Amino acid sequence: MMKIPRALMFGGALFAIFLVAALISFVWTPYDVEVLNIASKLKTPNAEFWLGSDHFGRDILSMLMVGARTSIAVAIIAVGIGIVAGLPLGLAAAANHGSWLDEFIMRGNDLVFAFPSLVIAILITAVFGPSAINAIIAIGIFNIPVFARISRGAALSIWTLDYILSARVAGKNALRISIEHILPNIANLLIVQGTIQFSLGILAEAALSYIGLGAQPPTPSWGRMLADSQTMISFAPHLALFPGLAIVFTVLGLNLMGDGLRDILDPKIRRAR
Amino acid sequence: MLRFAATRLVSLVLSLLAASIVIFAVIEVIPGDPASFMLGLNAQEDTVAALREQLGLDGSVVSRYFSWVAGMVQGDFGTSYTYRVPVSELVLARIWISLPLALYALAISTLIAFPVGLIAAAQRGRATDTGIMATTQLGIAIPNFWFAMFLVVIFAINLRWFSAGGFPGWDQGFWLSMKALTLPAIALALPQASILARIMRSSVLDTLDQDYIRTARAKGLTRRQAITRHALRNAMIPVLTIIGMQFSFLLAGAIIIENVFFLPGLGRLIFQGITQRDLVVVESVVMLLVFAVITVTFIVDLAYAAVDPRLRRR
Repeated sequence: MMKIPRALMFGGALFAIFLVAALISFVWTPYDVEVLNIASKLKTPNAEFWLGSDHFGRDILSMLMVGARTSIAVAIIAVGIGIVAGLPLGLAAAANHGSWLDEFIMRGNDLVFAFPSLVIAILITAVFGPSAINAIIAIGIFNIPVFARISRGAALSIWTLDYILSARVAGKNALRISIEHILPNIANLLIVQGTIQFSLGILAEAALSYIGLGAQPPTPSWGRMLADSQTMISFAPHLALFPGLAIVFTVLGLNLMGDGLRDILDPKIRRAR
Repeated sequence: MLRFAATRLVSLVLSLLAASIVIFAVIEVIPGDPASFMLGLNAQEDTVAALREQLGLDGSVVSRYFSWVAGMVQGDFGTSYTYRVPVSELVLARIWISLPLALYALAISTLIAFPVGLIAAAQRGRATDTGIMATTQLGIAIPNFWFAMFLVVIFAINLRWFSAGGFPGWDQGFWLSMKALTLPAIALALPQASILARIMRSSVLDTLDQDYIRTARAKGLTRRQAITRHALRNAMIPVLTIIGMQFSFLLAGAIIIENVFFLPGLGRLIFQGITQRDLVVVESVVMLLVFAVITVTFIVDLAYAAVDPRLRRR
């Protein structure tokens, strides 16, 4: 029986807190995040508002819960875009290793890599205006070459194995081999990378909404809560503290999960131990 | 080496061309008519027509693209619609904030990461290593703009060692300007230093497993001598790649950090461009950023090939 790495358990638990908070926020939050209550503005943490209230009297805890929803949704869809578009590209490049298709896909990847996700977001926002959808697209596009490259690299090493040769002799074509033999063998790697890109996506979403290129009001998002808190940080530092901690713990949880998963799933590392 | 440099140069030019086509397509083709987009819904017919003429929008898409590229090659990035001055002037005034900021952050991150990563590798498995790895794990998870906000609270508002934002200008003295860039550079450098330290550690550990290190130890070198004389130099190859890649993240990150510290750099310029729908500015600054990223990658590639002849064959 394999021992579950401590990093995975700790990271998983950390992330689970925010995931559960996000899910609960669909049916219940302590307060309505869209109702302003100026009478109870800028409260420090107390029995009524566990994490305090902001300059409009909105409950910070409720906003963090709904914000978790935004962050996780944006990051998860962006990872999805990366896998759905990047994986087939990587598999196709590996199956046609050395061909013009391989070359074309890899050069295309290099090109996308020259655009940091922030720059993609700037381009999209300049033309379509800021929104959560555009943040998803920007982060998603940035994820495509990441998954294309990693699946190509992993697939290439599997293509050289004997059982692939026997599958070819048995008359399977490249598409079937890629789906039936390559994909199951690189799935582990994709899960680990997916966790890492997920955490990068949370950070990217926070950065984009911090500079106003992400989710727009009234949708609460951690990045915008930080941006709003900036002018009040000298007299209400709790406004900046909690959204920041939410980002740190979510990202930390995901990174630790990624490390733990890699220890379990990547046999190369396991053998080296 | 010369042949390698030539092939890389060709691919550099091709990448730049491809990037310029993408940027041009997004900014000038997708919105339909950039002139009416920039002026908004309530614009007068003749104002739109005047802007169309000023932007040279009457030509075909292909000819517009080529004149844009030809202009940039000669240093002409067009005229900003909102500032009514050449974009090249705007960029030149601001690049001397964003570029030094990115380089300053790169220097801080490298100066922290090298010794920290090396110590962690040398102390593998001990408490120092565990502590360093936990700290860097945290450093990666902290958003730099959030870190920046607390740097301001501590060092600008409470201790009053630095100003909370703004930039005096290089003509006000080198040290004064560097002082204004210090907190932003530290904020930018933190996550990058954490990443770099981890890579430095694993890279040194990888080389320590190599046969030549065992040989070096066998011929009587101490562990420390083996690390400094043999492992370090070989461990630098992956570390250099990451430093090259980090430069682009630092340039992009500078865009965000400039907003925290109200630094009038390229980042502020690009945001003013977006809010004022000044597509000429956005297009040029984005192209410039991408140009910087691609060129740095090119230089790093050449630097490697010079260091490691094996890489020239690829």
